[in-house]
Amino acid sequence: MAFEALQEIVFACEQTKKAFWQVIMEDDMTEREVSRDGSMAQMKYTWDAMLQSASGYDRSLKSKSGLVGGDGAKMEDYYKEKGSESLCGEYVDRVIAGALQMGESNACMKRIVAAPTAGACGVLPAVLVPYYTTRGCGEGKILEALYTAAGIGQIIATRASISGAAGGCQAEIGSASAMAAGALVHLQGGNAQQIIQAAGMALKNLLGLVCDPVAGLVEVPCVKRNVIGAVNALSSADMAMAGITSRIPPDQVIDAMREIGERMDPAFRETAQGGLAGTAAGMEIAGRILSRFI
Amino acid sequence: MNIFDILGPIMVGPSSSHTAGAVKIGNISLKLLQEKPVRADIILHGSFATTGSGHGTDRALIAGLLGMQPDDMRIPDSFQLAKREGLEFTFTNKTLKNAHPNTAVLSLTGETGHTIEVQAASIGGGRVEIHKLDGVDAFFSAEKPTLIIYNLDRRGSVSDVASVLSLNHINIANMHLYRAKKGGFAVMVIEMDQEISQYAVQLLEGLDGIQKVVYLNME
Ligand code: SF4
Repeated sequence: MAFEALQEIVFACEQTKKAFWQVIMEDDMTEREVSRDGSMAQMKYTWDAMLQSASGYDRSLKSKSGLVGGDGAKMEDYYKEKGSESLCGEYVDRVIAGALQMGESNACMKRIVAAPTAGACGVLPAVLVPYYTTRGCGEGKILEALYTAAGIGQIIATRASISGAAGGCQAEIGSASAMAAGALVHLQGGNAQQIIQAAGMALKNLLGLVCDPVAGLVEVPCVKRNVIGAVNALSSADMAMAGITSRIPPDQVIDAMREIGERMDPAFRETAQGGLAGTAAGMEIAGRILSRFI
Repeated sequence: MNIFDILGPIMVGPSSSHTAGAVKIGNISLKLLQEKPVRADIILHGSFATTGSGHGTDRALIAGLLGMQPDDMRIPDSFQLAKREGLEFTFTNKTLKNAHPNTAVLSLTGETGHTIEVQAASIGGGRVEIHKLDGVDAFFSAEKPTLIIYNLDRRGSVSDVASVLSLNHINIANMHLYRAKKGGFAVMVIEMDQEISQYAVQLLEGLDGIQKVVYLNME
């Protein structure tokens, strides 16, 4: 990628009078040596795969460990029954249900789109699918939002990391949330600066989040962390649309994430030795599951 | 890292590093062996060792050795498929020195008796790196067309290879020579901007002092 900072992308947008997503798409055309149509076709393929996994949710599935499955169905039943009576309202409840469902599908070894990783695969579709289905926005707009998200993810991957093993859950759910926040700002008509401010605020709110999967499986707490990633993206996007900015520039937030990741004890980086995985309940579950696998 | 490494891969869950990346490691190792494997002894290190079985890392590595791609729905059943294909395998957990947390070492034997030892790491988001071949340091990602040339460590090999490539109008993106600590052989790793013809590979194989040429093109 030609950029090493979110701010550089914003400069490029201002200089060329192009939207954030356009700059990222053109960078992809250069980097992968593809035409505009070629780039778009790949993005559409990716979006179709997200839609397919979202609609392929199986409410009766349980993961092999038995730890997750069915919560997405419960949430869906809940918003259908409560409508606007629930605390978050139907739209946010749909986002919550979508995040749970995608996380569960992943844990059940279904086909998903890693965004940026499989553990965090529920965040982007959770915010994009309900926007697409309930707000009458066209597919073209969604593809633009996906370019926006991808550009943010690329910068995070370059400056820091998108791997829980290297940087903790902040690098997975945090990155996904920043990507989703930027995508939402684009859908809501925000400019490039607002896009990166939303990304910066979303990431900031999840700094320090450790990766502590019980029994080492991408199940607990991963499935529900997709919910906080998605809901945090909504609130960060709304803040950015209201004109609120991150006091720490978004690129420096990413740098802080890298530092935190580097100094994070290995017990909190996907090794399933600390945090929730290290609790009495977590260890007990791990013992039970391991004895079943062997 | 291109945008479809970020929005992707499209894969069977649950973990891009531990499942999809492991399939890819198996896949690259299969191509490096250059024939159907009949035996695989696999060492898992770090997080691959502690959380591998829960993530299906073992099944994913075997799936890759059987030629499956990361979005293949048969990945969870790869152990049974391996049995049917006549691939025997073992897994051992072991702590390696200075290795990336998600590392596997695959010692493979092929159907005509060829062997290779591949040390590889899954570095996140489904991307992988090869770190050692037959015990010799050799860093590459296999994301570009890559030539791996085992050669006797003698003067002139590098320039011979470079001239064959330039005569065939191949752009070298990256070229490294890795020397074995003993044995007097070296491994040349050449990443290229475009694909290379079978003819050029044969020319390379015919060069003096070249023991083996492996051409990897994962596209
Ligand atoms: S806890 Fe770890 S494995 Fe789970 S989503 Fe977060 S980073 Fe991924």
